[in-house]
Amino acid sequence: MTGRPTHGKTPDGTPRLVLKGIGKVYPGVVANEAVDLEVRPGEIRAVLGENGAGKSTLMKIIYGVTRPSAGQMLWEGKAVHVENPAHARSLGIGMVFQHFSLFETLTVVENVALALPGAPALDELAQRITEVSERYGLPVDPRRHIHALSVGERQRVEIIRCLLQNPRLLIMDEPTSVLTPQAVRKLFETLRQLAAEGCSILYISHKLDEIQELCHTATVLRGGKVTGECIPAQETPQSMARLMIGKDLPHCVHGSARGDGELRLRLAGLSHACEDPFGTDLKDIHLDVRAGEIVGIAGVSGNGQQELLRAISGEETLAVKFPVQICGVEAGRLKPAARRRLGLAFVPEERLGRGAVPGMSLADNALLTAARGQDMLAGGFVRFGRAHAFAQRCIEAFKVKCNGPAAAAKSLSGGNLQKFIVGREILQAPRLLVCAQPTWGVDVGAATFIRQALIDLRDRGCAVLVISEELDELFEVCDRIAVIAKGRLSPTRPAAQTSVEDIGVWMSGMWPAADLEHQPPAGTPTEPANA
Amino acid sequence: MDAGLFTSMLFSTVVAGTPLIIVALGLLVSEKAGVLNLGAEGMMAMGAVAAFAVTHHSGNPWLGVAAGMGAGAAMALLFGVLTLTLMANQVASGLALAIFGVGLSAFIGKPYEAIALQAVPPIRIPFIADIPLIGEALYNQQALVYFSWALFWGLLWFLYRSRAGLVLRAVGESPASAHAIGYPVIRIRYLAVIFGGAMAGIGGAFLSVFYTPMWAEGLVAGRGWIALALVVFATWRPLRVLVGAYLFGGVMITQLFIQGSGLQIDFPSQLLSSLPYWATIVVLVAISRNANAIRLNSPVSLGKPYRPDA
Amino acid sequence: MLELEARTEPSRLMSWASPLLAVALMLAGGMLVFSALGKDPVEGFRIFFLNPVKDLYGVSELLLKATPLMLCAIGLAIGFRANVWNIGAEGQFMLGAVAATGVALHFDGADSAFVLPAMVLAGALGGAAWAAIPALLRTRFNANEILVSLMLVYVAQLFVSWLVFGPWKDPDGFNFPQTRMFGEAALMPMVLEGTRLHAGFVIALGVLVAGYAFMNRSFAGFRMRVAGEAPEAARYAGFSAARMIWVGLLLGGAAAGVAGMGEVAGPMGQLTDKVGSGYGFAAIIVAFVGRLNAFGILLASLLMALLYIGGEQAQQYLNLPSSISMVFQGMLLFFLLGSDVFINYRLRLRRRAV
Repeated sequence: MTGRPTHGKTPDGTPRLVLKGIGKVYPGVVANEAVDLEVRPGEIRAVLGENGAGKSTLMKIIYGVTRPSAGQMLWEGKAVHVENPAHARSLGIGMVFQHFSLFETLTVVENVALALPGAPALDELAQRITEVSERYGLPVDPRRHIHALSVGERQRVEIIRCLLQNPRLLIMDEPTSVLTPQAVRKLFETLRQLAAEGCSILYISHKLDEIQELCHTATVLRGGKVTGECIPAQETPQSMARLMIGKDLPHCVHGSARGDGELRLRLAGLSHACEDPFGTDLKDIHLDVRAGEIVGIAGVSGNGQQELLRAISGEETLAVKFPVQICGVEAGRLKPAARRRLGLAFVPEERLGRGAVPGMSLADNALLTAARGQDMLAGGFVRFGRAHAFAQRCIEAFKVKCNGPAAAAKSLSGGNLQKFIVGREILQAPRLLVCAQPTWGVDVGAATFIRQALIDLRDRGCAVLVISEELDELFEVCDRIAVIAKGRLSPTRPAAQTSVEDIGVWMSGMWPAADLEHQPPAGTPTEPANA
Repeated sequence: MDAGLFTSMLFSTVVAGTPLIIVALGLLVSEKAGVLNLGAEGMMAMGAVAAFAVTHHSGNPWLGVAAGMGAGAAMALLFGVLTLTLMANQVASGLALAIFGVGLSAFIGKPYEAIALQAVPPIRIPFIADIPLIGEALYNQQALVYFSWALFWGLLWFLYRSRAGLVLRAVGESPASAHAIGYPVIRIRYLAVIFGGAMAGIGGAFLSVFYTPMWAEGLVAGRGWIALALVVFATWRPLRVLVGAYLFGGVMITQLFIQGSGLQIDFPSQLLSSLPYWATIVVLVAISRNANAIRLNSPVSLGKPYRPDA
Repeated sequence: MLELEARTEPSRLMSWASPLLAVALMLAGGMLVFSALGKDPVEGFRIFFLNPVKDLYGVSELLLKATPLMLCAIGLAIGFRANVWNIGAEGQFMLGAVAATGVALHFDGADSAFVLPAMVLAGALGGAAWAAIPALLRTRFNANEILVSLMLVYVAQLFVSWLVFGPWKDPDGFNFPQTRMFGEAALMPMVLEGTRLHAGFVIALGVLVAGYAFMNRSFAGFRMRVAGEAPEAARYAGFSAARMIWVGLLLGGAAAGVAGMGEVAGPMGQLTDKVGSGYGFAAIIVAFVGRLNAFGILLASLLMALLYIGGEQAQQYLNLPSSISMVFQGMLLFFLLGSDVFINYRLRLRRRAV
């Protein structure tokens, strides 16, 4: 990559923003403590830290969404209390949220109008949106509804919404987690252009390579506190990782797959029209997953992953049974419980509210999927002792930090709850495990643990399907990788024979039509496919 | 059908539809902001009794309407405190409001039972009231009938043309996003809920002061619930509320006319009287069958509590 | 400035203390109401809350009143736990009464021991059948069960009125809207001699125990709790949403129907157009105040029954409309909903931001 940032170009004079001793305490949690931070005009500063380090809270404080419990903020040399986001915007601060603050049923121009002061005429505003989008290479149609846009387009709307107010400080919260590698390049060009025009940028991320590529300076947070500052260009990923997590990045132990195990999951021309008007239709999906291998599905979110997972798990049943075959049984019309009896286990993307009931104890949450298979029932009544014992076993085997099986699911941290859910599924000795976003929003320690657990499960002869938006994760655990885009699935490639760049191209929906893999035509489900 | 009968049926249909329009449009506003207030029946009952009492004592129906509006708004405020400030379950609180309002109105209204008010004369709009067939029916009406039309047009403009309406819709769609870009979600929801209550109060006042005009326990007779159903039926669109309310008004009036016509129809009056309720169910089923229409149009955060973390 | 602060874990203490707090606030509110009406609050309190239970007969009346409340409420609670909002128990109660009356009138004069059980069964089926309408429309057409079940209350009321004004009117009843009095075989046996407390109370206690077992011990009850707290988790686990709607509504309808049977075969002894006296709606309050759990519902139904009888006493001795009891009931539920916030939040004094 060309254009490593030069560090002499930040102008002298007053910093644009100075934070002094910022602290934020939630009941039971210290989100930020004595944080100092400074950003100068034209500077791109990374705020680096792993999940749960307090980055987002800090940015929300700057943007006036959250009030600090301690500390001071200087804006262009003057002390300010940012009362609310409108106040922040009037100062010249813009923010692009990780989970976009857009309104699905409104149009682009309406969304933009909501964030602007006064009552701009919508036609005129649409014109301005077009101008800005052309100037910064962010094409978007101002008349379209947000729900009709792709994730990347939505992010453009968020950015344009900020740019229309000529911000002097732009906060980007994990902006690349929803983009293809190519779109990331494009975004970086825009950000460099902005910085060159004098805008300051706070860039929140936990991705070390991106920060090295883009940012002039970096502030590292761990456990809510600043643990160091650095110039990313002068560091190595390892040295920054040590600042970030206090030790070297752990890695999974990964042997090679056998690849000749029995067929555990076959998708044979799976097509499904989505009921949700905002959803994605699945089109003619073919995939085989065998015992003893991990297959990964990459893709930008919103390209059919949710629908595919529901079709496999049985949360959404099909009208015909052959397109989903689990352990040799045509299961398209079976309900989730019946599919589980065939040996399927499933870890959904959302932990709270889907994978676990927030207000219920871990023991009760064990009942959720393990009741029948693990003999926790007697004549329609629950044997609570057994559920408790199972939860206890899960807590021990998967090192879940909690107050025992009686602890409410919502009292656990994201990483620990995910370990519990993954553990609950793995302890049922599945023949096929489907896992969505296994480590989304999870701290590094738990993420490594979970990935290792998946690999160990594979080595015990289970078939594993992982769907993730994190390419690095897929390359770390998977034997074969496919890409989902606009409801279609690409052929799979052995992970060792492909690269992040290739998969990135595929993520935009462009993969070679006739690939190495032989695809059985729809309707002939029994012919074996060889990878 | 002869012209006189047509005119008088149209007249009565408009009258019967009017409280439904006013109440349903009020509810539509609070639901657009994401708040589901099932207490409409109670707010209407309180509005009705307050309006009746004040009109009875003051002799001025407009003071009565104001009192009804105030009573409805006060009930809505109570609901707002429970659900918006104290984050109680909206469904449970709405049911509580309905039961409480009906009970309290019965209690307050006890001394006013069996009193009749002077009928309020209609307002005749010159010239257009002379249009044959429809003029008498539409333009020689109670002031609140004209108010319901003004409310309809005003709301259309507010929701789809004004910035405040845009903000309201945004809050109902995603309170978290609205909060993140700096809108006072809770305050906006309070205003929307109170507006809904005020309109329910006026709807109640229309029943007790203009329509019947008397007070009796059970006067509202499920109209609050029908108004709630209307909002769903209308898939949260004002024009459909208007059409739906007159359809319901038509059903109510038709069964009354059949009962009063002396036609030799061998059908018990009680069963005829249940027609509007069956109609509500049928319409609800017809519209709910299309789950996508409901999902696309219903405010996304409807009924879900939201508390900004500060 | 006072503000609410989220607790890290819900407070167990407050989940028990909150109903007590609500009762205390209701009593305080009640005293205020009495004063506002120009009555001596202490005297009002005595007449309203103590008078009804001053002797055995008073207590038996209280239990009699509580019977339909606990029956309806336990049935509703099962549905409410799964977010199945059946608010038409009043209508299901009336249809249960109608069905039981049908059996009683059909076997009028018969002296069989099977008449009563048949009436109980008919009551349950009648209530369940009425509740099956919203269940069917919800599962088949996605129609909101709140509105449908509620509309059916009005339909049921008109249906009852048609029956007692028309086909079932007692020919010797001087044109009153009521059926003939039931025969001996169609009347509930008394539990306490010299009172009106009948076997329906024992049935209600039995149903409470069964309700407890279902909700807290059975896997079906667990599934319903999951569906109520996290519908997506229920779908993930493969618990059928349609089945829960059916179970919630049918059980609620059946329980309400039995309660309706208990009224016509108990204190009323006939069907009249006043059979629905608001028990079905009051039961919603009972279910919430009782925390949707069987033991809580037992206590809450006694409290609500006390409020009903207190209202009658207030009418008799204080010259207040008996609907004052509804005011108290409403206050109770509001205070409960309000004080429940402290289960998940605590009050904290906020200093101005630094």
